[in-house]
Amino acid sequence: MPTPRAPTTVIHFSDVSKVYTRGARPALDEVSVTIERGDFVFLVGASGSGKSTFLKLVLREERPTAGRIHVAGRDLAKLASWRVPQLRREIGAVFQDFRLLPNKTVFQNVGFALQVIGKNRRYIETSVPEILDLVGLAGKEKRLPHELSGGEQQRVAIARAFVNRPPILLCDEPTGNLDPGTSIGIMRLLDRINRTGTTVLMATHDELMVDQMRKRVVELKDGRVVRDQLQGVYGLEPA
Amino acid sequence: MRLRFIVTEVLQGLRRNTTMALSVIIVTLVSLAFVGSAALLQIQVGKLKDDWYDRVEVSIFLCPSDSAYAQCKAGPVTPSQEDNIRAILETGELGEIVEQVYYETKQEAWENLLERDPDGFFAQQLTADDMQPSFRVKLQDPEQFALVADAIEMRPGVEHVVDQREVFGTLFQILNRATLLAAALAIVMLLAAMLLITTTIRLSALSRRKETTIMRMVGSSKTLIQLPFMLEGIIAATTGALLSIIGLWLGVRYLVQDWLTSSNLSWVDYIDEGDVLSVAPWLLLIGFGLSAIASVVTLGRYTSA
Repeated sequence: MPTPRAPTTVIHFSDVSKVYTRGARPALDEVSVTIERGDFVFLVGASGSGKSTFLKLVLREERPTAGRIHVAGRDLAKLASWRVPQLRREIGAVFQDFRLLPNKTVFQNVGFALQVIGKNRRYIETSVPEILDLVGLAGKEKRLPHELSGGEQQRVAIARAFVNRPPILLCDEPTGNLDPGTSIGIMRLLDRINRTGTTVLMATHDELMVDQMRKRVVELKDGRVVRDQLQGVYGLEPA
Repeated sequence: MRLRFIVTEVLQGLRRNTTMALSVIIVTLVSLAFVGSAALLQIQVGKLKDDWYDRVEVSIFLCPSDSAYAQCKAGPVTPSQEDNIRAILETGELGEIVEQVYYETKQEAWENLLERDPDGFFAQQLTADDMQPSFRVKLQDPEQFALVADAIEMRPGVEHVVDQREVFGTLFQILNRATLLAAALAIVMLLAAMLLITTTIRLSALSRRKETTIMRMVGSSKTLIQLPFMLEGIIAATTGALLSIIGLWLGVRYLVQDWLTSSNLSWVDYIDEGDVLSVAPWLLLIGFGLSAIASVVTLGRYTSA
């Protein structure tokens, strides 16, 4: 499937700084990054380098101390707080700890995301099986999370994040809890989603994945961008 | 879909937190019953005052035909004696402290009695002729009763002078103190109810933190996230309010209307079920407001990022 390449910026950070406590070292320090529609970007760096802060700023869970952020055509500084839910409907989010509801089945976990944004039952009944098929969980709709392997649970989480077909998918260490074999499966899935035109931004420690995928790499160190490389590998020193 | 979602969440929340919901219901029931009692007591005081206190403060009973009082030996009061008394009340030093003089004839006294209690003992046994005429005097300052009593008491044609405040004073004092007590208890209980609702909502929100985190993440509106918790509190508090109204209604119906009215205090105009209904909307409003405030205060903190 050809990847649509309309050169539209979906995430734009312009001199963004974030200081959590006054006087402390900034979590992000004048970061400028532009991510186009359809990009697959690895956000790498040691713990505390600012990766999570970056993702939180995109989701507007945090607000920058300085600088401008545009996400999906919105200036986040001007975004009224009651409009934040609309922004988040355009961003799917996947986490290291899956965050599934333990008492709901696979189908219900994915359907929940649609239910709480007001989709009707018929819509849910057609789109949930579709997405479960896409992530390779067809036939496991009625399983509970604890009956699934870690990789399968992460697939459910990805299905939930992507079921609403958001243009942006944020992944915070999605393979952090998985073994290498399983991780490759997850990465292939994310790659497939990326090929549908979805921008994927993935924060990770997983050198192996970064090296294999040969995608754009943005490296943060102490809150600063030290590398932004189109087809990077994990450990490369900045030029 | 949203409505179904909200209903399911609310029911689930109430089921998971049954004991807390029950305690909220009980505490609001008790506190609003006190609020309602205080209000009803004041309505009762108002009714009693309307009946007597506001209109008449000093009654000068004039000699009837067969009085037991010594100063009435000369026989019933004559028209010239009446004119005399009225003149004293309306002119001179008394004229300045008397606001209004109202003359009640035997016939009027009789009609008033009939109106108050057509089937009572007195209405059955007495006739208009057994009643006695009186002057009802309203003073600018009720405290100056003694001046009127001194000036009038020994005049010919006067049987006796009554400061009617004395008759009701004690009763009103009791009722007012009971109101204060009920109001004070109500305030304490309302405070307890508020804290309990806050705790209930907080527990409920914490127990569903995973859900609310996901809801926020996938872009669910704040209203949809918070409404189920608010509704839980509101439903519990409103149930408590409804039960307190039912309790007050039963109390007025069976204690006041059935029991007091059939007692020998039946001439008093008592509160009735209608008065309970007039208080009811306020109780519901307080119950609702209480839980709404508690929700807003709590939810901001426990369901946001």
